[in-house]
Amino acid sequence: MTSEFAVEMRDVVKRFVTPEGHEIAAVDHVTMQIKNGEFFSMLGSSGCGKTTSLRMIAGFEWPSEGEVFIEGRPMGHTPPFQRKVNTVFQSYALFQHMTVYQNVAFGLEMEGADKSEIDKRVKRALEMVQLTGMERRRPRQLSGGQQQRVAVARALVKTPDVLLLDEPLGALDLKLRKEMQLELKALQQQLGITFIYVTHDQEEALTMSDRIAVMSKGRVQQLATPVEIYERPVNKFVADFIGESNFFEGRIKSISKDEAVAHIPALNTELKGLPMSRDFVKGEDVAISVRPEKIRIVENKTKGDGLFMAKVLTSVYIGSDTHVYLDLEGIRLKIMEQNRISRLDPSSFYSKDQVVTLMFMPENTLILKKD
Amino acid sequence: MNPFKRSPLVIAATTLVYFFLYAPIVILVLYSFNASRANVKFEGFITSFSDRVQMDGSFVEASPCGPFHWYCDLSKNNDVIEAAGNTLTIAFTATIVATVIGTMAALALQRYDFKIKPFSQLSLYIPIVIPEIVMGIGILTLFSQSFGWLNQALNLTGDSRLALGIGTVTVSHIAFMVPFVTLVVQARLQGFDKSYEEAAMDLGANEWTTFWRVTFPMILPGVLSGALLAFTLSLDDFVITFFTNGPGSTTLPIYVYGLLRRIITPQVNALSTVWIAIVFIAVLLLQWLQSREAKPSH
Repeated sequence: MTSEFAVEMRDVVKRFVTPEGHEIAAVDHVTMQIKNGEFFSMLGSSGCGKTTSLRMIAGFEWPSEGEVFIEGRPMGHTPPFQRKVNTVFQSYALFQHMTVYQNVAFGLEMEGADKSEIDKRVKRALEMVQLTGMERRRPRQLSGGQQQRVAVARALVKTPDVLLLDEPLGALDLKLRKEMQLELKALQQQLGITFIYVTHDQEEALTMSDRIAVMSKGRVQQLATPVEIYERPVNKFVADFIGESNFFEGRIKSISKDEAVAHIPALNTELKGLPMSRDFVKGEDVAISVRPEKIRIVENKTKGDGLFMAKVLTSVYIGSDTHVYLDLEGIRLKIMEQNRISRLDPSSFYSKDQVVTLMFMPENTLILKKD
Repeated sequence: MNPFKRSPLVIAATTLVYFFLYAPIVILVLYSFNASRANVKFEGFITSFSDRVQMDGSFVEASPCGPFHWYCDLSKNNDVIEAAGNTLTIAFTATIVATVIGTMAALALQRYDFKIKPFSQLSLYIPIVIPEIVMGIGILTLFSQSFGWLNQALNLTGDSRLALGIGTVTVSHIAFMVPFVTLVVQARLQGFDKSYEEAAMDLGANEWTTFWRVTFPMILPGVLSGALLAFTLSLDDFVITFFTNGPGSTTLPIYVYGLLRRIITPQVNALSTVWIAIVFIAVLLLQWLQSREAKPSH
């Protein structure tokens, strides 16, 4: 390994011309550095540029501007068949006219490996994804999960520096998907290969990744660890896209070191001791966000510091949690409460128009730039 | 349950369709065993192998082949054998060339965007929709004009003169076959996901290997259907062949047409029966090949 980074995208732009003749930037000045041996995810909704970025790393598309580096080498217009990366496709793209064995052997044949070498490595790859005995089947005789494993084996048998995965679990049902998530993660740790994983499923990204790039409109909104992204989102988009957030409009009243005091006009109150993730100026209009699970409903029936009275709009029981929707001075809030105690009595649940006291701690409250 | 399933109307319509489709073929085959020289009336089967056969009530003829008298008669007819040879030569050559050109055209139209693409697509339909006779006349005019000029310009005389023949028939067949092949292959390509090709390249195959190892095997059924369609079109083409053939390039349809103007003997039926049998076997073979390819093997 010649470089610290397995893959680096340096100020990459990719423009497409739409059928109507408009030019749009699918990827807009994206810079990211993916470390060797890292499980890296690109997370975003469709059209955010994550798949286009992955395709540029694979070599299916070339950047309009900027440069993609693999193992420190600029890729330029290097075709896919000369890059030491392999891809697991969303549709798997298994060759239907070949058996499982032939599919997995294809990449090694292209390298010109001899028959006994191919045989050995194909067997090992199929063993790794637990498909031993399926060698002579055709792809369409396999279940979705099995096809997915073949696609992984076919890419990994080439021992690439980097494995690219384009929403590989999208076509599987939820339970199988969760299983495969853990399996892929285990495989990555066992092999130590860099995985670049594209997904629109935030839970998937949070579960599997070492680091995540949250993307929107062709740009990287935040690149950080799952914990940082969830606990310290850098802007309103990320706070809203990853998990759920309640937002208030506010204004910075004073700043000291890395804490701030903000005024929330709608609640006619001031929140003190707020942690800040970036520089703000006094008097700036900001968004203040609190996660639904970080607001608590308390017994105390009085208003006070960090305590607010709110009216229950509706309450939804979903098994492990109860979601409570509330009206706080005209602002709609969502709160999640874990159902820690088993109960059946309907009167123990929140009812409509019930007035409750809310508490949120300054350290759980974030100040974010207004978009 | 399907309410139309047992309706007598449906049964009647189905019977009628099958009757009109297959009755002529059955009659054609039946008449090839006709014990009559004039093929307008069925006089019964030729029954005996070694006896002298009675024809038309009075005519008596030796028939060593018995019921297959007309087939034996046919096999002794050198004109038919030559015409069959011409037909197959033209059909095979033209099919191969047209399939290659048509497949390449379909691939180009599917994957590239270029300025005249809508025009190219539309131009495919023109040879299909314009009357064949118009195309025949057009091709004939083109050939005779350009051959006239070329013969004069190159001072060609005698046998070396450019003239209508197997070459011109083959070229015209290619011309009208290409659009059919292209359209059939295009239909097959419609559902072709380009990620298969990307996967091949991702695994280290260059463009050439990708085409032969992945793209071509996957579109092969479409290419074969296109080729088969083109082949059958060439086999029974009459109009364009009529305009573009020359001495020594008579094909079967042209030959049969010539026969009809003289006397219709059951030899024509025998010829047609053999013809149908060959086409039928070819189609069955192709079906079998395709189903074998599609079926998962254990």
